[in-house]
Amino acid sequence: MAARPRRRPRVAVWKFASCDGCQLSLLDCEDELLAVAGAVDIAYFPEASSRMGRGPFDLSLVEGSVTTPHDVERIQRVRRLSRYLVTIGACATAGGIQALRNFRDVKEFIGVVYARADYIGTLARSSAISEHVPVDFELRGCPINKRQLLEVVSAFLAGRRPTVPAHSVCVECKLAGTVCVMVAQGTPCLGPVTHAGCGALCPRYRRGCYGCYGPMETPNTAALAAGWQRLGARRPELLRVFRSFNAGAEPFVLESRRHEEG
Amino acid sequence: MLTEDGLEALVGALLRRGYRVIGPTVREGAIVLDEISSAAELPVGWTAEQEAGSYRLRRRADRARFGWAVGPHSAKRLLFPPSERLLSVRRSRGGLVVHGGVAQMPPQALLGARPCDLAAIAVQDRVLLGGAWADPAYQARRERLFVVAVNCGEAGGTCFCVSMGTGPAATAGFDLVLTELIDPDRGQPSYLIRAGTPAGQEVLAELAGRAATPAEVEAAAEVVARTAQSMGRRLDTAGLHQVLTGQPEHPRWQEVATRCLTCANCTLVCPTCFCHTVEDTSDLSGEHAERWRRWDSCFTLDFSYVHGGSVRPSVRARYRQWLTHKLATWIDQFGTSGCVGCGRCITWCPVGIDITEEVRALRGPGGSA
Ligand code: SF4
Ligand code: SF4
Ligand code: SF4
Repeated sequence: MAARPRRRPRVAVWKFASCDGCQLSLLDCEDELLAVAGAVDIAYFPEASSRMGRGPFDLSLVEGSVTTPHDVERIQRVRRLSRYLVTIGACATAGGIQALRNFRDVKEFIGVVYARADYIGTLARSSAISEHVPVDFELRGCPINKRQLLEVVSAFLAGRRPTVPAHSVCVECKLAGTVCVMVAQGTPCLGPVTHAGCGALCPRYRRGCYGCYGPMETPNTAALAAGWQRLGARRPELLRVFRSFNAGAEPFVLESRRHEEG
Repeated sequence: MLTEDGLEALVGALLRRGYRVIGPTVREGAIVLDEISSAAELPVGWTAEQEAGSYRLRRRADRARFGWAVGPHSAKRLLFPPSERLLSVRRSRGGLVVHGGVAQMPPQALLGARPCDLAAIAVQDRVLLGGAWADPAYQARRERLFVVAVNCGEAGGTCFCVSMGTGPAATAGFDLVLTELIDPDRGQPSYLIRAGTPAGQEVLAELAGRAATPAEVEAAAEVVARTAQSMGRRLDTAGLHQVLTGQPEHPRWQEVATRCLTCANCTLVCPTCFCHTVEDTSDLSGEHAERWRRWDSCFTLDFSYVHGGSVRPSVRARYRQWLTHKLATWIDQFGTSGCVGCGRCITWCPVGIDITEEVRALRGPGGSA
């Protein structure tokens, strides 16, 4: 058996507009962190270490969305320095909760909140990283699931495709043997249009899915919204549920617009 | 005949033989299948109302244990679990060390299998054991399964076993079969019990029952006759193969595609759907890899992914594939329909898509959708 090439791959973790929750998932891999640290050289990870290694990097994990002109430039540099670029979390993959600004006039907000509007350099929209540079893989979730993160890192290091299915949360719900809250309780659930990854956490606690992982591969949001309406949901609620962590994901943008006033 | 206490003796006899006893029990607002250690865990005095996309537990006036139809779970979970490891591989000095084979598990006894469940097990047997290659993991679990069936005393709102010829009375595929008789005045059940195999006979001999009277035997026959009269749904199977395979452009396929979520719930609750995927994973060190099998569905894109993309990108194509395979081409492939009329796919579809209604619409003129 040939010896494996033993230069440890260099990994960088970058932050854009975000809450740091997804990076913390990496730190949260307590048991696995030693294996991570042994398998890779974490060369740039300001959240965890003061060491600021220079590029190039074999794998960059990017958290956060693009919200400023500076971000637009910085992501280009990250892309140039990275062999593989993987975005992690709802901010990086869909613009995050801050994409709510995309439905409003940001200039007006700035005028209301800040004394000197000219100090504020911000964009009208919060956008996903993939709108700016090519991305090798998008890991969804708000926050991401640490088991999936380890799977993605392991897959990139091994040069294989990550096992991160894009089907509905319902599949995970049924695999777990959970009783459907929508059918057995009449509780509206976003599971049928939501990307799997959490293991159907909320239905396991008898609540409907909140859509943290964003749209699944072929989301029929209109049909689900009609189902919610049969269970008594009204348009303001439908507007709200499609405008949360993944408000900026295209299928959710379109569905939420259908429930706007007027 | 067994009394209420006789059921406890039955559970005890199975436990003493080393079986994990899996039976119906109330959890999360439904009657599910779970491991039980006493007959007290059975759903005493519960029933469920089922409609397309809706299931609600209700209290009964009596103490029936089996006064309901089928729940969300089926024998599929026991015999063909949602996910299982097929292989694990470790790198060592000498090369790769592979561990495979079927994990040893205690034998399982399923208490409360319905006639449609027995029919579904028979369908999965054909699929997973019938061809040139038997599935060893399924086979190991199947050969050691002990089945206590229960004839149906109550049809669910989405049941149509009569249309599919699978119920509501069990004819084969059980070790023991029960019929629940309720005393109309006191609401107290007693059980007509009969063995179907020598193994069942052996267990039966241990139970303190008495011989049934002719009146009780007749009452048991009436129970299933009444159930047969009260099916919630029906499905006309005459000429169905042609209806499904002969009209790929029927507008109803497009119409149902506007309602279908491609969520896969229907296929996952279906007791005969056997499709699965095989996933390989490796850990961070690159020293250890595993191969897992897990349930998949014709409603996911990955399911029909071939180099370059999915063969069935549209919802229309995926719904058509499910219904056509289930009710028509399954017969070409396995000599039996893939549907046993349990109604689970109707009840557990979050938006209440009803296969019996879809078939009715597909029988209608092309423009009627
Ligand atoms: S509870 Fe939600 S996620 Fe689970 S099967 Fe029902 S609709 Fe899908
Ligand atoms: S297709 Fe539906 S009714 Fe038929 S066996 Fe499957 S789940 Fe039951
Ligand atoms: S028929 Fe119902 S359960 Fe099946 S995939 Fe479509 S929406 Fe989901």
